[in-house]
Amino acid sequence: MTDLMPVLTDTWDADRSWKLAAYEAAGGYAGLRKALQAEPADLVHTVKDSGLRGRGGAGFPTGMKWGFLPPPDGGPRYLVVNADESEPGTCKDIPLMLASPQHLVEGIAITSYAIGCHHAFVYVRGEVLHVYRRLLAAVAEAYDAGYLGKDVLGSGFDLEVTVHAGAGAYICGEETALLDSLEGKRGQPRLKPPFPAVAGLYARPTVVNNVESIASVPGIVARGADWFAGMGTEKSQGHGLFSLSGHVTRPGQYEAPLGITLRELLDLAGGMRAGHELKFWTPGGSSTPLFTADHLDTPLDYESVGAAGSMLGTRALQLFDDTTCVVRAVSRWTDFYAHESCGKCTPCREGTYWLKQVLHRIEAGQGEERDVDLLLDLCDNILGRAFCALGDGATSPVTSSIQLFRDEYEAHITGHACPFDPRASALFPYTPKQAPALAGAGGH
Amino acid sequence: MTATVDNTGTSGGRADRPVETVTLTIDEVEVTVPKGTLIIRAAEQVGIQIPRFCDHPLLEPAGACRQCLVEVAMPDREGNVRPMPKPQASCTMTVTPGMVVKTQRTSPVADKAQHGVMELLLMNHPLDCPVCDKGGECPLQNQAMTNGRAETRFEDVKRTFPKPIAVSTEILLDRERCVLCQRCTRFSDEIAGDAFIALQERGAHQQIGRFDEAVLDFAPPPGEPTEETFGSAATTAGGQPFASYFSGNTVQICPVGALTGAAYRFRSRPFDLVSTPAIAEHDSCGAAIRVDHRRGVVLRRLSGEDPAVNEEWITDKDRFAFTWQAAPDRLTVPMVRDRVLDDDGRVVSRGELRPASWVEAFELAAEGLASARAAGGVGVLPGGRLTVEDAFAWSRFARTVLGTDDVDQRARVGSAEEAAFLGHAVAGTGVGVTFGDVEAAPAVLLAGLEAEEEGGITFLRLRKGVRAHGTKVWSVAPFASRGLARLDGTLLPAAPGTEAEWLGILATRAAGGLVPADSDEAALGAVAEALATPGALVLVGERLASSPGAYGAALRLAEATGARLAWIPRRAGERGGVEAGLLPGLLPGGRPLTDPAARAEVAAAWGVDADALPAAPGRDAAEILDALSVGQLGGALVGGVELADLPDPAHARRALAAAGFVVSLEVRRSEVTELADVVLPVAPPVERAGSYWNWEGRVRAFGQAIESAALPDHRVLDALAAQAGVTLGAATPLEAHRAVAALPAWSGGRLPAPQAEPVEPPEVPPGSAVLASWHLLLDDGALQDGEQFLAGTAKRPVARMSAATAAAVDVYDGDRVTVATDRGAVTVPVAVTEMVDHVVWLPLASRGCRVHDALGAAPGDLVRIGPAAEPSPVGVDGASTSSTGTNEQGGAA
Repeated sequence: MTDLMPVLTDTWDADRSWKLAAYEAAGGYAGLRKALQAEPADLVHTVKDSGLRGRGGAGFPTGMKWGFLPPPDGGPRYLVVNADESEPGTCKDIPLMLASPQHLVEGIAITSYAIGCHHAFVYVRGEVLHVYRRLLAAVAEAYDAGYLGKDVLGSGFDLEVTVHAGAGAYICGEETALLDSLEGKRGQPRLKPPFPAVAGLYARPTVVNNVESIASVPGIVARGADWFAGMGTEKSQGHGLFSLSGHVTRPGQYEAPLGITLRELLDLAGGMRAGHELKFWTPGGSSTPLFTADHLDTPLDYESVGAAGSMLGTRALQLFDDTTCVVRAVSRWTDFYAHESCGKCTPCREGTYWLKQVLHRIEAGQGEERDVDLLLDLCDNILGRAFCALGDGATSPVTSSIQLFRDEYEAHITGHACPFDPRASALFPYTPKQAPALAGAGGH
Repeated sequence: MTATVDNTGTSGGRADRPVETVTLTIDEVEVTVPKGTLIIRAAEQVGIQIPRFCDHPLLEPAGACRQCLVEVAMPDREGNVRPMPKPQASCTMTVTPGMVVKTQRTSPVADKAQHGVMELLLMNHPLDCPVCDKGGECPLQNQAMTNGRAETRFEDVKRTFPKPIAVSTEILLDRERCVLCQRCTRFSDEIAGDAFIALQERGAHQQIGRFDEAVLDFAPPPGEPTEETFGSAATTAGGQPFASYFSGNTVQICPVGALTGAAYRFRSRPFDLVSTPAIAEHDSCGAAIRVDHRRGVVLRRLSGEDPAVNEEWITDKDRFAFTWQAAPDRLTVPMVRDRVLDDDGRVVSRGELRPASWVEAFELAAEGLASARAAGGVGVLPGGRLTVEDAFAWSRFARTVLGTDDVDQRARVGSAEEAAFLGHAVAGTGVGVTFGDVEAAPAVLLAGLEAEEEGGITFLRLRKGVRAHGTKVWSVAPFASRGLARLDGTLLPAAPGTEAEWLGILATRAAGGLVPADSDEAALGAVAEALATPGALVLVGERLASSPGAYGAALRLAEATGARLAWIPRRAGERGGVEAGLLPGLLPGGRPLTDPAARAEVAAAWGVDADALPAAPGRDAAEILDALSVGQLGGALVGGVELADLPDPAHARRALAAAGFVVSLEVRRSEVTELADVVLPVAPPVERAGSYWNWEGRVRAFGQAIESAALPDHRVLDALAAQAGVTLGAATPLEAHRAVAALPAWSGGRLPAPQAEPVEPPEVPPGSAVLASWHLLLDDGALQDGEQFLAGTAKRPVARMSAATAAAVDVYDGDRVTVATDRGAVTVPVAVTEMVDHVVWLPLASRGCRVHDALGAAPGDLVRIGPAAEPSPVGVDGASTSSTGTNEQGGAA
């Protein structure tokens, strides 16, 4: 039985947990003090040894990413924190920055010191104004306390931190689009190579890391790589936030070592909604292929989830019970992808536009027999053909839901209607809109 | 046209370096290409065409359309060839050694990927090919046939847009046809630097849109020149129109029919057109173009492909301004005037022009010219737009038939110093500085040359160098234009007429001499040092003629720094005219007229007695007009000169009116027509073959595009000479062309370098300013007549002044100012510009602002400035003429 392992969430129940005082009272900034005594290269080694992998979804080893920076040439190098959390279901960075922003600020200071960066940026999702404000306040507090700014803690190390709010585009979570947006350009992914490590922000060597990755660094430095590596599985080490949402009794953030199972998490969360069974769930946000109750015991680490045909992603576990129409769920996700497609490449721009219409037709009972295979073929024409990974992600719910629930799609088509009552799946009193499903062009 | 010394650094030595190559396999064919080649280009080398939309060889890769997906496998460290998991965009991936590429020809995966992308592109594309301009020559249509599905599976709702958006008066955008390849925006950004259109919105609603200040909350930085056009492409308030001189290129590179030209829209089908390669007649760059005509009517012109000259780009003027050749005022038959004389031979009445047969016209012209020659001589003003064949015929006609050296092609401000400079450093020097050299140059100094306005292709090549390797550009000018800003250029501020000062001081500095204490030592040092690097260039324009001493100083500067010097005139015929000797004192090939050996060589080639050629240098254009007006010359032979282009049009009108006999060779009616005794119609470029020499010295030959009975100049002159009993050897295009080559290269002495001294700039009394002026690319020129869509993209005339100069006469930004001389006045809005004080700039020949004609003044002259007398009309921010009004003072520019 794997138990919770609160590290980043440890102080969330403290009084005014977001204040620097609360953070310091819990031992905050010990990591930075220790880091400033060390050689930057040793810090990179420590993070490498800890086995920390990117918490933004791809799971790339963080220390290795830092190691890709070319040797210093005297010019600036940048740390950019990707806080543009926008994936449907993903809701870990935003509560973290809301409840305990100093974890991130300390992580930025340590990481910047380790990679030789003197100006770090945090790109915060534009819609979460309250988080943006809290982060600004946290950075201001850290400046005042001497953790940021000129001569950090008397070490001679200078660090400026800029918190920047995005304008509300999912694509800006893609690291190169984020960099373009941060530079003031239209947020669309860049051609790679060159990779950000070589030519990132302002064409200078840049590390782009997820909020949770950076926030995990102070603990690793303060308590040691072995402490961190001791948690989790062999190749997926450390702790992570598991965000449970949907038809679950107690939704929320569950911080635990990687490798915990959904069955264990559900026990902690009080189980599924009373009287209902788990039907399907996403292990890591809507861009990861769906799981079902068959996967309740799949260890939630990068390897096991991958071997089971999905991705650990952002550990955004959206749980859907037996009242849910999978076509309806997938259709709503696809609306999101169509709405958020940046438009740069044909497969994502046009493909999601088409997927959306076909799914709405099927849901409304106006599907045709060939539509299910059409959806699969469309996804085949998008997956691996798009400019960036976001196009690939858009196909995951469609493809995996058809694999798992093809009969349900066909029931919509042959029955000329949705067999589910949307009110039954709602968690609150809800009257479905009677708008025709075929909203037509410009529906979003 | 190298003036001096250093010929070694022509292209920075790049060409000599061995090319690193990479060998790979594409569809089982081994191919070796230079390192850094993109897969899609390598495939072309072995004849494999991968479908594409966003890819364009002259634009940076985008990888947006995903049409060119192929399967790629690469050797890993152990040498095992491993396939990449996903198909790759062949337009963004460079080749690596041992790479194995499978295109749609050998890979089912690549084929399916391409079919899939094509289906997605067509899904939202309207099926309006039958009414689309692009239909029949459309990459989307063609590639949908070769690489697309036969039937669509899309039966849902298409995305639509209201059609179309006027990006400018000339360019229209049908958004639903757009496949969002971004070629147009990348062209605007990377090539022209006029980023006035950009992607807007996102997802399926992504679209190309105009730059919109209201949306973007953006205002141009203060002090930077803003440029408003005549036409407004009105959609959104606050939006700027697509004000670019190169916008037509976006229509040509659009792979679908999304961008169309207003003039050509719905006019024809590409398969009905007959295409002829040609050379643009609008400037001295000699851009390769393609003329498309249907049943004798030119419907459009496109850029040709010439990597050495214009690559695949042309200016909008080269593209759209062709209707002048078929304007309603075309002259088609010879005309003669029957003067009524009294018994003493005095003119009682000038009579009316009447159509005549060629025979009669030739007889009368020959007789009249013979008597004019006897009565003091004939002045020859051939204009600056001739082909080389014509120019040689004119030169030979003047020297043999008329026996005069009173010949000057310059229908603009010219000087004796300039003629000497051209004879010394330009004529007969062959191909000197090239466009390739311009692109490769580490540093370029521009003097008397506004590259974007006066040589669009030169500007694009400069910009390419700036972007590729940071060419340093300096410009001696009164203000930093938007063109210079887009070259990342540095201004060396000079009042008009004082360009010689900068050049002189720079030459002195480069030669290690003492420079005046008050000069900007840092700037001088930087420029002099940069110009001393191999490959550096000094590019001078014809406007240096108005700055005494400037040409000589430019020569000294080139000598002192080792930089190579090139002269870039505006008009297409000027370089060829210099070769042909259409300047006083200059025989063909750079031969000085005063050199007996030169005369002997020319006489031998022309089959005349050496003594028959004039031996003393003749009059230049201004002197010819003076002599005509006082009766020293008996007559004039004029070709295609617009009197309004001359520095003093009123004087020119009087002179020709006073001339005893005037013969004019013209394509269309002009002011000269009304003053001529015999008018001989000649063919416009599209109706004849010939060649221009561009400013590089490169021969730019073109063929006859449409059938015509019109005769080229050389044939008219040949027949006229025959009438006078002289053989001109220019009866056919081939004969005329051979006549050019008949003279061997001249190895004798050249004209000495000009020695004019700079003059002190005039004192500027209060209420006055020094006039600065140059031609804008799009203005009121006769060669842009009849093309109202293009005219809408021309810049509205403004008077540019520094804030101090304007404030001193109590006018402020946006006010209307009157610029006046004793002759007349021009009233236009003021655009306060960061520039040299005590200077006012006006466009030389724009609609509502014909400087020479209205003011009788030339750049460097003093003019009076002051607030406009009449109250500023509300809501009118343009020139004194409205945008719909026509200007009576038509003239060539």
